[in-house]
Amino acid sequence: MAQIFHRSANSIAKASILGGLILVVGLLWAALQLQRSPYFTYAGVARPQPVPFPHQHHVAGLGIDCRYCHTTVEVSGFAGIPPTRTCMNCHSQIWTAAPMLEPVRESLRTGKSLVWTRANDLPDFVYFDHSIHVNKGVGCNTCHGRVDQMPLMYNQASLQMEWCLNCHRDPAKNLRPHYVKEDPKNPATMGDQIFNMAYQEPSDSHPVTIREGNTYKTFTSQTGPDGLGTYLAAVNHVRSPRDITSCNTCHR
Amino acid sequence: MDMRILTNMPMPARRFKQAALLLVAVGALLTVSACREDMQNQPKYVPLRESSFFPDQRSARLPVEGTIARGQLEDDSLLYTGKVDGKESAELPFAMTAADMQRGRERYNIYCSPCHSQLGDGNGMIVQRGFKKPPSYFEPRLVQAPIGHFFNVMTRGYGAMAEYSSQVPVADRWRIAAYIRALQLTQTAKGTDVPAGVTVASHAPTEGEAPKEAK
Ligand code: HEC
Ligand code: HEC
Ligand code: HEC
Ligand code: HEC
Ligand code: HEC
Ligand code: HEC
Repeated sequence: MAQIFHRSANSIAKASILGGLILVVGLLWAALQLQRSPYFTYAGVARPQPVPFPHQHHVAGLGIDCRYCHTTVEVSGFAGIPPTRTCMNCHSQIWTAAPMLEPVRESLRTGKSLVWTRANDLPDFVYFDHSIHVNKGVGCNTCHGRVDQMPLMYNQASLQMEWCLNCHRDPAKNLRPHYVKEDPKNPATMGDQIFNMAYQEPSDSHPVTIREGNTYKTFTSQTGPDGLGTYLAAVNHVRSPRDITSCNTCHR
Repeated sequence: MDMRILTNMPMPARRFKQAALLLVAVGALLTVSACREDMQNQPKYVPLRESSFFPDQRSARLPVEGTIARGQLEDDSLLYTGKVDGKESAELPFAMTAADMQRGRERYNIYCSPCHSQLGDGNGMIVQRGFKKPPSYFEPRLVQAPIGHFFNVMTRGYGAMAEYSSQVPVADRWRIAAYIRALQLTQTAKGTDVPAGVTVASHAPTEGEAPKEAK
């Protein structure tokens, strides 16, 4: 009986099986990457807002602390969005004729709320709390990026579960001290470092000195047994990764 | 569903059952994916979420007028108004510890320094951008003012200055007032004011934890 298939059909068959597999895996990989991409997570995309509120001007330009506006970030789950009156503390006298600020003035006149569009929005089945992160030593910019350089607000992180877990598995690498030894020549060392957008973790060329009782302690690394993060995780009693990666930490 | 019953059925019925099962499965999948939306945005209020129920669309409601929550009677006139018998008090409502002063300094730098500057001379950044210049804290009138005056100004506002009671809780307002007093002293303090045997650090004492909870 004559051969129906040419010999090369063998290799074609093998190649197409392999090709098919590669295609399927490739498609899966592409889908996974796509759902992590800004197209799906909106990371890095500024939303339209009633007033183009520039964090850059107010934080870096004027030096206003986050807590002036986000008053509850240290004590509650919700960071707080400033009411119209807070804007008017200053804008009662500053830029009073600017059309850009008309919605703020209108809101004060009529009592209607300014309606901001959320940039960071977790699904409602996820429990998140600012105060514990702030108090245990996670800086705002670790999660929100360099807010002081944002002309308009956007979310820096994907806010996906993977992102939360990456930190919860090893929080020490992201912890910083509240207070460092003050250097009068360097205003960034003044005040709570959680709100310091330019905080740098310790390294050999940039040691970080904190107070321990009545003496000072200097760190030259973030991780490892002598690392600042390891030290802070211990003194702040940060719970074990096992505790904070269990499902009911965030889904309750 | 019990598989045994299914396999014992005659062919057409079995087909029908299978199709029905498939339909149910697809339906379930669709409902689940629809549920995803429901679970992402559940019909509940998270802080400041828009409401379609109230005419002003705010989910954050004010309590009915006259309501007093437990522990919020505010019957301590000195603590809540800074006044005793209608006059601004020269006394503090609670004793200030070093930690209170540190917290006062921190809160002052957050809420007041934009205009009054960290020094207290009234030359803050917002003033440099055109806001009315507040008086320096070192003016004799303010040096002599009772401490209740500072509390009162923060609580009710003063002229061009807005009130800060919604941004700063009451205990923190007293800590700020105490810190301003300390700022004023810096201008007149002499070496002899320091008790014997105590050394003064060249930097201000902020390190260490300030009490976090506010009253
Ligand atoms: C002068 C007031 C003001 C100050 C100071 C301020 N913010 Fe904001 N912030 C706002 C307002 C108003 C919004 C809502 C509008 C928007 O998203 O741009 C906002 C929004 C945000 C959001 C996004 C919220 C969302 O929609 O998910 C983040 C994150 C944020 N601020 C972080 C910070 C950090 C960090 C600092 C300190 C470095 C800071 N802000 C300082 C007023 C302020
Ligand atoms: C502590 C004072 C202060 C507060 C509070 C404040 N602003 Fe401003 N804002 C300023 C000053 C000062 C400027 C002028 C900036 C400059 O000169 O660089 C400004 C400028 C602006 C501008 C114009 C920026 C530009 O693009 O040049 C907008 C818009 C604005 N503010 C919105 C707001 C809103 C909305 C709020 C309330 C959430 C707010 N501000 C709260 C002080 C303040
Ligand atoms: C561990 C990460 C993390 C840190 C640290 C963090 N945030 Fe957030 N922030 C989030 C997430 C996640 C959301 C979205 C919350 C939601 O949708 O419920 C958010 C939301 C916000 C919002 C919108 C209002 C709200 O609470 O939902 C503001 C404003 C804000 N953050 C400011 C800050 C400031 C200021 C700091 C520093 C003190 C800070 N955040 C630190 C993760 C963080
Ligand atoms: C940069 C590090 C970091 C990131 C990112 C982070 N967390 Fe955390 N989280 C921590 C630390 C540190 C703690 C404190 C653990 C402890 O209690 O000792 C914590 C604690 C928590 C807790 C426990 C609160 C409580 O009261 O028990 C919850 C819930 C939580 N995180 C949710 C989240 C969610 C949701 C996300 C993502 C949107 C997230 N976290 C992202 C560092 C992080
Ligand atoms: C550190 C906080 C955290 C922990 C711990 C955590 N999750 Fe999540 N989970 C999240 C966040 C945030 C999301 C939302 C992700 C998004 O919006 O893409 C989420 C989403 C989910 C979803 C829905 C996924 C989707 O696409 O809708 C499931 C299912 C889930 N988590 C299961 C679990 C299980 C099971 C565990 C325990 C093994 C767990 N989670 C532990 C934060 C957490
Ligand atoms: C937006 C700018 C601004 C901020 C922020 C601000 N003030 Fe003022 N303050 C003023 C101005 C302007 C005056 C002068 C008001 C007048 O005479 O019309 C003033 C006046 C005062 C006075 C003097 C009242 C008198 O008897 O003359 C005190 C005390 C005071 N402020 C305390 C504070 C404290 C405490 C804070 C922080 C909680 C604060 N201010 C924050 C602008 C500000």
